[in-house]
Amino acid sequence: MKIQPTLKYTNSDEWVAVEGKTATLGVSDYAQDQLSDVVFVEVSANVGDIIKKNSAVATVESVKAASDVISPVSGKVIAVNEVLSTTPEQVNSDPFGAAWLLKVELSDPAELDNLMDAEAYEKYCADRSH
Amino acid sequence: MTEPTIYELSSTGRVGVEYPLPDVPLTDFPVELLREDLPLPELSEVDVVRHFTHLSSLNYCIDTGLYPLGSCTMKYNPKINEETARLPGFAHTHPLQPAETVQVNLALMFELQEFLKEISGFAGVCLEPAAGAQGEMVGVMIIRAYHRSRGDSKRVKMLIPDSAHGTNPASSAMSGFEVVPVPSDASGNVDLAALKAICDDTVAGLMLTNPNTLGLFDENVLEVIKTVHAAGGLVYGDGANLNALLGIARPGDLGFDLMHFNLHKTFSTPHGGGGPGSGPVGVTKKLIDFLPTPVVAVIEEGSEELPPLYGFTTPKQTIGRVKSFYGQFGMIVRAFTYIRMQGPDGLKKVSQYAVLNANYLLSRLQGAYVLPYKRRCMHEFVLEGCWADAPEVHAMDVAKRLMDYKFHPPTNYFPLIVHEALMIEPTETESMQTLDLFADAMLKIAEEAHTHPELLKSAPHDTPISRLDEVKAAKDLVLCCWIPEDN
Repeated sequence: MKIQPTLKYTNSDEWVAVEGKTATLGVSDYAQDQLSDVVFVEVSANVGDIIKKNSAVATVESVKAASDVISPVSGKVIAVNEVLSTTPEQVNSDPFGAAWLLKVELSDPAELDNLMDAEAYEKYCADRSH
Repeated sequence: MTEPTIYELSSTGRVGVEYPLPDVPLTDFPVELLREDLPLPELSEVDVVRHFTHLSSLNYCIDTGLYPLGSCTMKYNPKINEETARLPGFAHTHPLQPAETVQVNLALMFELQEFLKEISGFAGVCLEPAAGAQGEMVGVMIIRAYHRSRGDSKRVKMLIPDSAHGTNPASSAMSGFEVVPVPSDASGNVDLAALKAICDDTVAGLMLTNPNTLGLFDENVLEVIKTVHAAGGLVYGDGANLNALLGIARPGDLGFDLMHFNLHKTFSTPHGGGGPGSGPVGVTKKLIDFLPTPVVAVIEEGSEELPPLYGFTTPKQTIGRVKSFYGQFGMIVRAFTYIRMQGPDGLKKVSQYAVLNANYLLSRLQGAYVLPYKRRCMHEFVLEGCWADAPEVHAMDVAKRLMDYKFHPPTNYFPLIVHEALMIEPTETESMQTLDLFADAMLKIAEEAHTHPELLKSAPHDTPISRLDEVKAAKDLVLCCWIPEDN
């Protein structure tokens, strides 16, 4: 399992990359591995939407299950990854890169403080595996 | 082995029936009605009969073997159900006939409502919903109507345990509720502390399956229900797992406010491709007025000489009609037959044997498979289909390998809270010999997972079609019965 050292993570397996006031969201390598082959991705948030922390912003569906992607941050959506609707398999092949889901202009950067760093997330994943 | 399609069997000019020469002048078929793009197959009668009879012999069904799909209660469907449903008095009636001319049909529906009330401990039952998911949605709509009728408009949340069937959040979301997940605790029960933290005056209700999809009876069910009631919410029972409780515990007595029944699970009417399903809803007294319309009632009491007059009634604050006519009448006849054939003692035995069979299988399989919640189960149980020392093997591979041993696989990857879940429900209708054959196969597969994992990864080997490409099946849908040539 891969962990990107510079990212922050949620306990529902989303990752957040922060650059200034912009946060990019995606799902982790652990999440895509658990889901197995992803066959459908829908980002339900649109550019310009104001989203609240803990709201569902996307759905990722695999041959096993459909999962909501929950935003750990609040703010204004400034970009969504349109490509994933035609190439959902990128969630499996490049979860931390090409398969970013959306970018948010943070309204409350302090929300980031509740997230795990890479080290804590690695331990969190290891505890859940056998 | 490749099965030819009916199109591949076609032979130009071949026909099934020879018509006699016409006794009127022949005329050419109108050219504008001829279609070049409609390649209808041309076959003889015997070609067609052999093709479809052969395909049907490749099918796996409850009449050919064990069908251990967890939470689906794939019990044997007694053939006497088919006899009664085909009695001309039932089979030849029409739903538009005046009620006075179908009194026996109505009497049977009324009696089934009464049986379901007695079995569940509820005060009112409507037989109309078409299947389990619609029964659920009706339940959620009744909850909404109840709060609205009291002017209580701030109740927007529906609480759903994380072990729930996916239809629970779907029914809630479709009815406009905000879905709030409730975690399970380490024993597989609803996490009481988490529930208490969520419960406030914005909660419309909780949708609870008991026993839950882990096959576990919630040990705190009374406290769970009390907590939701104290916050002013209602508790909905998902009746999918009622097969564990018949004659033993009644949801109405436990404090549930309403629930649906799956006649096609608990009461042995055909399931899956043999359906349709049927999902009656039962409610406590305070919700009777909200039931869908119509409900069968006695319009005029009978006397010693005259039977009662039955008719359809509309509850005062009904949520409305949810299906055309009166529900799945053919299924209502079958479920009535099943209940009458079993009787009260028989129904209790159904649940006792369902629980015994599941525990027998569990005791044979635990050890070889990881049991995540180490408790005695009810009518089903959930194992992990993976091993730390066989990292490449997944639940899907175990399921596919079972097909080589001539068994239908159990439910996979559900509930979501179990890693690589295999959810097994044998039902009461399986003999000990069948259970042993299934357990032997499962134990052999657990051994193969360690010694010959490739056997699992490439399974099934002995089926007409080998492993399907599920990613392609989910992504590249071709929704027509032949592939256009220019594709």
